Amino acid sequence: MLAIDVKKRQGAFALDVAFAAPSAAVALFGRSGCGKTTLVNLVSGLLAPDSGRIELDREVLFDSARGIDVAPERRRVGYVFQDPRLFPHYSVRGNLEYGARRTRAQPRIDFDRVVELLALGALLERRPRELSGGEEVLPYLERLRDELKIPLVYVSHQFEEVLRIATFVVLMDRGRVVAQGDVASISLNPALRELIGDDAIGAVVDGRVVAIDAKTRFAEVAIGNGRVNIAGEALAVGQPVRLQLLARDLILALEVPRGLSVRNRLRGVVASVADDGHDASLVRIDIGGAQVIARITVQATEELALREGTLVWVLVKSAMLRGHVFHGPAAALDV
Amino acid sequence: MDWTALSDAELEALKLSLSVASRSVLFSLPPALVVAWLLTRARFPGRTLFDAVVHLPLVLPPVVVGYVLLLLFGVRGPIGAWLNDAFGIRLAFTSAGAALATATMSFPLMVRSMRIALENVDRGLEAAARTLGAGFFDRFATVTLPLMMPGVLAGAITAFSAGLGEFGAVITFVGNVPGETRTLPLALYGALQTPDGDAAAARLAVISFSLGLAGLLVAEFIARAMRKRLGS
Repeated sequence: MLAIDVKKRQGAFALDVAFAAPSAAVALFGRSGCGKTTLVNLVSGLLAPDSGRIELDREVLFDSARGIDVAPERRRVGYVFQDPRLFPHYSVRGNLEYGARRTRAQPRIDFDRVVELLALGALLERRPRELSGGEEVLPYLERLRDELKIPLVYVSHQFEEVLRIATFVVLMDRGRVVAQGDVASISLNPALRELIGDDAIGAVVDGRVVAIDAKTRFAEVAIGNGRVNIAGEALAVGQPVRLQLLARDLILALEVPRGLSVRNRLRGVVASVADDGHDASLVRIDIGGAQVIARITVQATEELALREGTLVWVLVKSAMLRGHVFHGPAAALDV
Repeated sequence: MDWTALSDAELEALKLSLSVASRSVLFSLPPALVVAWLLTRARFPGRTLFDAVVHLPLVLPPVVVGYVLLLLFGVRGPIGAWLNDAFGIRLAFTSAGAALATATMSFPLMVRSMRIALENVDRGLEAAARTLGAGFFDRFATVTLPLMMPGVLAGAITAFSAGLGEFGAVITFVGNVPGETRTLPLALYGALQTPDGDAAAARLAVISFSLGLAGLLVAEFIARAMRKRLGS
C-alpha cells in the first residue's frame, strides 16, 4: 500500500497529489512535465515535499505535521533512474553488491537469482564503460516483479508500457491526479482519452489462454464470457494474458453476423453510450465480468438505436497482446 | 671534482626538500578535502570571504604568509606557545615549521584542484548511492572520493612539486638552518651569495627544474590514467 498526499512547489510548477494505491505494481502515467518524476523523487526521499504525508506499507516515510522525514538511505526504496547510473569505478558485480550490502531488508534476495533473472552472468566482472548499454529495462522489471514479487512504482508517458507493467494506474496531468484505479478501469476512463488521444484508447482486459491452434499457432483467450483469438508466440494454455481491444477496432452488431471475415465475436450488453465530442459515440459494453469500449459513428448509434441495456455482438478486428499478466494476484503482496 | 657531483650539504637540502614537501602534502590533504567540500557543496554565511581567505596565499607575498605564521606559530605566538606547552611541539626553526609554511602556501592549489574534481562528480551517482542505503560518510568514501581521485592526486602532486621550491614563507617563518630548514631553494639562494657558489647554484637549479617538470608530468599522467579507468 502506497498512500500519498503531498504538495510541492518547484518554481512555477506546483505538484498537489493524493492517492492510495493498493497494489504492488503501480504506474504513474502522464505527459512529460506532469510531475511524475518529481513524485517518485518524493517517494524515494531525494526531494522533500513542502507539506503532506507519504506512507509505504504502513511505514510513515514523510509527515510534515509530525516532523517525520526518513532519509533516502533509510527508506529501502530502490530507484531505477531513467538515465543509467552505474558506478564507473565498480564492476557490474560491485554495482549489484553496493545496494545488497547495505540493505536491511528481510528476507534477503539471493544474489545469484538476481544475476540469473537479469541475465548478467557473463557481464559480472565488467566495468560499466565496457557495457554496450541501450537495452530496454522493462522486460527485466517485469521479471523482477513476477519472480521476486518486488513491489514497484513505474513512471511512464507511454501507455503501452503501463499496460505491460502495472496493476494500478495513477493518471497525472499538470501536477495533479486526474484519475486512479486498476488498469481495466483506467483504460475506460475519459480522462485517459485526454492524455493519449481517441485512436489509442481501448479496453484492457485480463484473460487466460484456453487453447492453442496446432496449425496456426493462434491462441484462444477467454475474456468475459467469450473468447478471442490472438496471434501470440510462446503462449501456453492456462497462461494469464492481458489484452487490449482498441475502441476503433471494435464493430457492433445487433444480430449474429454472417458471411464476415471477422472471427472474434463477443456477446454483450450496452452499459453506456457517450458522445466523444468528435462526431462519434463511445459505447461501453459489458461482456460479463469485463467491459470493452467501442468507438462508432453517431449515425450508427442512432440506426442501431443503441442505449443502455441493448444486447449486442462485439466484433473484434484485432486484439493486441499487452504483455503476459503476472502470476498470482498482486493484491496478495499488500501488507 | 666533477662539477655535477652533489656535495653533502646539497644532498641534504634535496632530501630535506623532499621530506618537507611530503609532510606538507600529508598535513594539508585532509583539511583541503574538507575545505573543498565546504566551498563546493555547503551554503553558509561568509562563504565568499572564506573562499577568499583560503586563496590568499596565492596572491600575498610569501614573506607576508611567513610573517603571519611567525606571529601565530612562533615561540611567543598564541598557537605556537600553546603547542609548545601542551605537546612540546616546536615549529619555529624546525623542519615541521618548514612543512607548515609549505603547506600553507600550497593549500589553495590543492583546494582548487579538489574543488574542480568535486564539481565534476555526477551528483546523480551520489543520489543513487543514497537510495541504495549509503549514508553521508559511506557515500563520500565509496562514491564521491573515488570519483574525485584523479583531481585529488593531481592536486597533491602539484602541491608537492610546488612545495619543493617554497622559499619566501619558509625563510621568513623558520629561517635558514642547515639540515633543518635549508631546503633546495634556500640552499640555492645561499650558494648565490657565496663567491664561488655558481656551480652549486647551477646544480641545485637543474635539480629543481627536473623535479618540477617530473612532478607536473606525473600529475597529468596519473590524472589521465584514472580518468580513463573511470570511463570518462
